[in-house]
Parts: sequence; structure tokens; C-alpha cells
Amino acid sequence: MNRRFGKTDFIVLAVVFAVLVFAVIFTAFKRKQGEFVVISLDGEVYREVPLEKDQEIEIKKEGITINVLDIREGKADMRKASCPDKLCVRQKPVSKSGESIVCLPNKVVVEVKGEAKGDFDSIAR
Amino acid sequence: MKRNVAYLGMYLALALICSYVESLIPFYFGIPGVKLGLTNIVVVLLLYTLGAKEAFLVSVVRIILAGFLFGNLFSILYSLSGGALSFLAMYVLKRTEKLKVVTVSVAGGVMHNTGQLIMAALVVENYHILYYIPVLLTAGFITGFFIGILSQEIILRIGNRI
Repeated sequence: MNRRFGKTDFIVLAVVFAVLVFAVIFTAFKRKQGEFVVISLDGEVYREVPLEKDQEIEIKKEGITINVLDIREGKADMRKASCPDKLCVRQKPVSKSGESIVCLPNKVVVEVKGEAKGDFDSIAR
Repeated sequence: MKRNVAYLGMYLALALICSYVESLIPFYFGIPGVKLGLTNIVVVLLLYTLGAKEAFLVSVVRIILAGFLFGNLFSILYSLSGGALSFLAMYVLKRTEKLKVVTVSVAGGVMHNTGQLIMAALVVENYHILYYIPVLLTAGFITGFFIGILSQEIILRIGNRI
């Protein structure tokens, strides 16, 4: 049958864990503040909204508002949703390029794209 | 005697309770698909006591029933995808007979989240959410690890009696 840990297990687990942690740190650090969000509904682009201006976006499907996205201080947060589980509302606000908020039942995806040039306002050549 | 419907039904009920408890605990990191994976205890237990067929059967039926009871039609789809991938990984790893319970469970946890994320990406027709794979895999690793330790202790102590 089976006993507890073996040496093979420990090596495999340690290696996999190390790779995963490295991947997480690596991808997290590469993320930069995004410029705008792309809102897609049912796989198609619905709207592109810049993150610089504070605003509230109502995502409508056939005239009915199904999700409400709030943009404030450069972050996008799902405020309201018509889905039963509201997991999308509970997701943390996103602001970095590549991050996203997803409402699976409503098929809404909000992705942060572009890279706001953080350090410099402009570069003169 | 051990493989009859009533006996497996008991395991199924256990798995359903695990699903229910999971749905009560708000375990989210702000990313779709992070779950405790408590139900994998039952699958791992079955895999190591009664066998692969029984484990797979209970797993699938549990997913469907739990979906009807505590979730919605879409959640069944995601869970099935995660569960199938997870089971496949666990079965293959167990067959090599080189790795122990905990590692198998970790693989199960990791694959479960992966399967769910892939299915989610397919459903919303957006592949950029796959960005979350590293975080999800890590979460799956950790939950799989603890579930594995739990399963391991159960199997070692009463494995031949259940």
C-alpha cells in the first residue's frame, strides 16, 4: 500500500512549488499600471474605457443593465451584477495590465490593457 | 459487497456535504475558480481504497448533483472540466506507483483549477484570463497538499476498513 512521504515526492513537490512561486512573483512584478480597460460581452468587445477618468460604466445586454463597473483612482471594480453568485463583485479592483475581472454567468470580461508610462510624463528627444 | 450502490452512495453523500461546506466558506482571492477542493478527499480516498472506477463515478455524480443543489448549470461545466482533468492526472500518477498520496492529491488540486480556468476561458471566449494560471496553480497546489495530508492520514489509519 502506501506509506507517507517518499524522497521522490519531496523533490517533485519542492521543484513544482518553487516553479509556481517563481511564476507568480515573476508575473506579478511584470505588471504595470494599465491605461484602459477592455470590456467584452459574450466574447466580443463591448467598450474600451480609459482608467484615468473616474466614471461608472453600465454594461447592458439587450437594454438591461447586467453589470456595473466603477472606475475610480485608476482602478476598475465591479460594483453590481445580476448574476446569482456575485463573485465578480467580490473580486478585488484591478489596475495593472493583464489583470481582469470576470463575470462568468453574464459572460462579461473586464481586462486591463496598455501600460501607463509611470515614471515619465513625457520624454523629449 | 463494498462496491454496491448503497455503499458508494454513502461516499457520494460525504462528497456532497463537502461541496456544501465549501459553498459556505467564502474562500476567494479575487480570482474566479479558487476553491477549497474539500471534495477531493472523497475522490482520493476512493482511489486508494475501492479503486479508480468507483472514484470516477462518485466524482462525476457528485459534480452533477452538487451543481443542481448548490450551483448552476455553468458551474457543472467548469467542475466537470476540472474534475475530469484532475481525475486523469491523479489516476496516471497513481499508476506509475512512484509517488505517494500527497503528491497525487497535489496534482489533483492543481489540475482541477487548471481545468476550470481553461473551461472558463472557453466559455467567455477570452483567453487573457489565463494570466491567472500561476496564481491558480499555486492555490491548487496548496489546497491539494493539505487535502493530501488529510487523505493520507485517513488511508493509513482506517484505509483497509473503509
